[in-house]
Amino acid sequence: MSQTKLKLAIGLGATCSGCDMAIVDLAEKLTNVFNAVDIVFWPTASDQKLKEFEQLPDASVDLGFYHGSIANEENKEIAHLLRKKTKTLISFGACACHGGVPGLANLTTTKELFATVYATPSTANPDLKQPQTKTTIGGYSLVLPEKFDTVQCLNECIDVDYYLPGCPPEVPLVEKAIEAILTGKLPAKGETLAPNRILCDECPRKREEKKIPKIYRIQQIIPDQEKCLLDQGVICLGPSTRMGCGARCLEANMPCRGCMGPTSKALDQGAKMIASLGSILGLEGEEAMTEEEVKQLMDQVKDPLGLFYMFTLPASILKRRNMTQK
Amino acid sequence: MIDMSSKFEPQILGFLCNWCSYAGADLAGTGRTQYSPNLRIIRVMCSGRVDPTFILAAMKNGADGVLIAGCHPPSDCHYLTGNLKARRRYHLLLKLLDQLGIERERVRLEWVSASEGERFAKIVDEFTEQIRTMGPNPLKSS
Amino acid sequence: MSEQPRIGVYLCHCGTNIAGVIDMKRLLAYAEKLPNVVVARDYTYMCSDPGQQLIRKDIHESKINRVVAAACSPTLHEPTFRRVLEEEGLSPYFFDMANIREQDTWVHMKNPEEALQIAQDTIRMSAARAARLEELKPKEVKVGRRALIIGGGISGISAALDLANAGFTVYLVEKSPTIGGRMAQLDKTFPTMDCSSCILTPKMVSISRHPNVKLFTYAEVKDVQGFVGNFKVKVLQKPKYVDEKKCTSCNECTKICPVEVPDEFNANLSWRKAIYIPFPQAVPPSYVLDEENCLGLTPLACGKCIDVCDPDAIDYDQRAKEIELDVDTIIVATGYDPYNPLNEHEYNYGMFQNVVTSLEMERMLNASGPTSGKVVRPSDLKEPKRIVYVQCVGSRNEKTNLYCSRVCCMYAVKQARQLKEKHPEIEVRIFYVDIRAFGKGFEEFYERAAKDYGVLFTRGRVAEILEDPKEKNLTVRVEDTLLGTPLELETDMVVLSVGITPSVDANEIRKILKIPAGPDGFFSEAHPKLRPVDTVVDGILIAGTAAGPKDIPDAVAQAKAAASGAASLMAPGVYVVEPYYATIDDSICGGCGTCVLLCPFRAITIEDKRAKLNEALCKGCGACASACPAGAIKPNHFTDEQIMAQVEQAVAK
Repeated sequence: MSQTKLKLAIGLGATCSGCDMAIVDLAEKLTNVFNAVDIVFWPTASDQKLKEFEQLPDASVDLGFYHGSIANEENKEIAHLLRKKTKTLISFGACACHGGVPGLANLTTTKELFATVYATPSTANPDLKQPQTKTTIGGYSLVLPEKFDTVQCLNECIDVDYYLPGCPPEVPLVEKAIEAILTGKLPAKGETLAPNRILCDECPRKREEKKIPKIYRIQQIIPDQEKCLLDQGVICLGPSTRMGCGARCLEANMPCRGCMGPTSKALDQGAKMIASLGSILGLEGEEAMTEEEVKQLMDQVKDPLGLFYMFTLPASILKRRNMTQK
Repeated sequence: MIDMSSKFEPQILGFLCNWCSYAGADLAGTGRTQYSPNLRIIRVMCSGRVDPTFILAAMKNGADGVLIAGCHPPSDCHYLTGNLKARRRYHLLLKLLDQLGIERERVRLEWVSASEGERFAKIVDEFTEQIRTMGPNPLKSS
Repeated sequence: MSEQPRIGVYLCHCGTNIAGVIDMKRLLAYAEKLPNVVVARDYTYMCSDPGQQLIRKDIHESKINRVVAAACSPTLHEPTFRRVLEEEGLSPYFFDMANIREQDTWVHMKNPEEALQIAQDTIRMSAARAARLEELKPKEVKVGRRALIIGGGISGISAALDLANAGFTVYLVEKSPTIGGRMAQLDKTFPTMDCSSCILTPKMVSISRHPNVKLFTYAEVKDVQGFVGNFKVKVLQKPKYVDEKKCTSCNECTKICPVEVPDEFNANLSWRKAIYIPFPQAVPPSYVLDEENCLGLTPLACGKCIDVCDPDAIDYDQRAKEIELDVDTIIVATGYDPYNPLNEHEYNYGMFQNVVTSLEMERMLNASGPTSGKVVRPSDLKEPKRIVYVQCVGSRNEKTNLYCSRVCCMYAVKQARQLKEKHPEIEVRIFYVDIRAFGKGFEEFYERAAKDYGVLFTRGRVAEILEDPKEKNLTVRVEDTLLGTPLELETDMVVLSVGITPSVDANEIRKILKIPAGPDGFFSEAHPKLRPVDTVVDGILIAGTAAGPKDIPDAVAQAKAAASGAASLMAPGVYVVEPYYATIDDSICGGCGTCVLLCPFRAITIEDKRAKLNEALCKGCGACASACPAGAIKPNHFTDEQIMAQVEQAVAK
């Protein structure tokens, strides 16, 4: 008797397709796991048409992965579609879970974005044309999905069953997730399928004392390869980020950028970075510091928003920059 | 003609540390020093307890201003250095608020000792008036 | 055990304090409808027995498991209500207080609608918090029987004797070479005209003899760590360069010492030597070599004192010692310094020779003082025929200190009487603002001074003093406010009745102990009415003029109160500390170490990549919890969930 394969559908939002590569990685490394799965929809690598997928009965697909954030109308439609057709839907990757890097578009509006992007010095666009949602060419009506001012994470759009963070999620994590599904040993709905512990646990570097006198950007020093980067003054988001990725960036001498998102107890990754960095920066000699010295100390952090919310701005408390002017 | 009925009244959330500023606010009460009725107070043991997460959540929930009050630096803090942490976090938070397009004046850090009842009242009045001039929390309209 | 919260809300009218501003019916109607609220009641005085009874009844009958009292400040009655819960079998930490008096009705008395809104919002926030409160077990700390008393003046001495007699061990630390403090400098004390030394020195001797008192003089407290029952104190014992046990007080060293230094004990009116005894009845009765003024502490520089010391008590090789003391309670009795008129050049003190302070006059009046009891003018050492007293110097003044120093009226009258007793013919006139003769026998003392001794009293604050450069007589310009006429008076000598200011070391002690002081620098009591000797720090008490200006009877009373307070803390052997410590979630912590150094009490260490918190050292400030980037630290009773609930409910929808 042949074992019925697990039906899998993969939907794309505003994505770089790195998550697609992660799934391909899975195929290469874990063929046995991959062979237990039957992909019924995967625009990146498979030939099924959207119309065919739409015609499948609701909830007939066992598992759905949605990667990418919700940045335009089509992303939203695909999200709703995937939710309709699948039994278990996993928010796959940093963009779906927390908004990801595309989330930084929340610092601006579609209008400002288009005005910049379609008028760069290297863009040949003398009439400053910008994308329209609808246009007619040669008698044919063409439609483009509307770009939203605010990028959202997947769970602001649809009900998500599980979260698999990471940019992209590392192979071991995906493997564990699929195995859990195959064996029916999933945690409670709404859980994140990654350890609820911070990165420092799996980081091989040696940690000494957290009292940073001065901030260095990674290119400004030659960091000691064995020691904790934060101890050396390089801002690393490891303490506010989930483990599960194997701390590969740290092994490559780069500080963690927080792509796995925060633990379940930290409601806002950026706020926690401000709390922790604000506490340990200038800790030694804090009693003698004047107000002015404190300001100068904090000015060492040039771009708190870009650095601390690189992957999680849409999932943060305030979600976006306020554009209403005074 | 100014429509007085729709005059904006700021809603300000205050985090007051138990040993200094909360006692100072109580002293304003025992001294019957009157001040603007725009403040809602959350008592914490130390200004160092104030997580920037709370401040952002307050803004999201519609607070027009947030006041954090602690003991005078460098050595009044009942827990020695909590206020110094609060101060450093505050300055880093202000930079974030700038980037988020929220007026940094809406979040205010003040040092109020247990004997500064009148000063506490003055601060509430000043802050309320400042917010009144600035207008409601910009996130409320969106 | 996550049970469904069933909240009882109790609104206190507090007589008319709250009900006089807020419509309690409307507030009650609002409170009843809040989520999780099962019952809401109001009463005139919730803290009273019948008020408490309402809560007790509801715990048993309505099965409430969380209590919110909307009333005064928690600093007042949180313990009261917590006790009620505890007695009825409910954890006292299931209680929250909504402050709608000090922080609402009392500060918005003319805005009843706004006050009502604030009360509603505050109760709504409180109920949301109450729903998330957790059962906590208070910590019990062992408390021993050792008290540290900082300051060996009359207050420190009185407290020490009471505690020592009760069988407690007392460490008395005094920064000057002898105990006795300011009282030793006084001549007579009002209103009994007791000789100050006569009533003080027997107590000083008792201290030196008491088996339960360990005395450290010429020593200062440098550091205090820990908490009640577990204070670790570092005392710096300065070297006296004299062996106290060998010194026989023969005085030969003083006679031969070539260095003369202004004598602080005599208000700088005479000289002392670098090696000296502060005053004859000093305790311990040892001479002390003042290192700063000695020529060099070596026979190469001088060495004369060693030559003449028969018992061989002088030892240049003594060194400062750091002494560590483990104590259970601390009493702060660091005393006062007289206000120094040089600060504001009050009345040209320091420039006009015949303008002196009351302390200088006191030393002159004293028979063993710099003038052997003769009152003389500093300019020509002649006895003055006319003396003027200026009251409220350094007190009741926006430029100096706003407060009243409490003792100056009485000591001026006392000195005036003494002057008139010695020389009935001299004219003594006191220019006063008020005469505050409030104590037992004070009013009678004052009346007698005027009626029987002929001391003159004129109401008016002296505006200006001028000096005749030749004779050095002084002209006083003042308005006689009762007659409404300006006055210009020539006099031989002016005495400034200087007020009381906190001891110069008070600020250091404050920083070391982390106890609050008021804007004037006097240490703050935990509650001005009901807890006058406690501070907000458990185990640390205050007494005497360190806590505010007062006379000797009040200082002694307060010192005895502090001793009683300390004894009450130590006698049971155990002290219950509020369980406001933090806990760390092992499953989330990854050992980043952010929390370790930022804790001022060093309560956290990293072991095996996990942060471990020592509950005995944790004071519950929460700085680590907000800093923890993993969200792994939870401060008891002030958790993220509880605070966030209050934040979410704060803005009225």
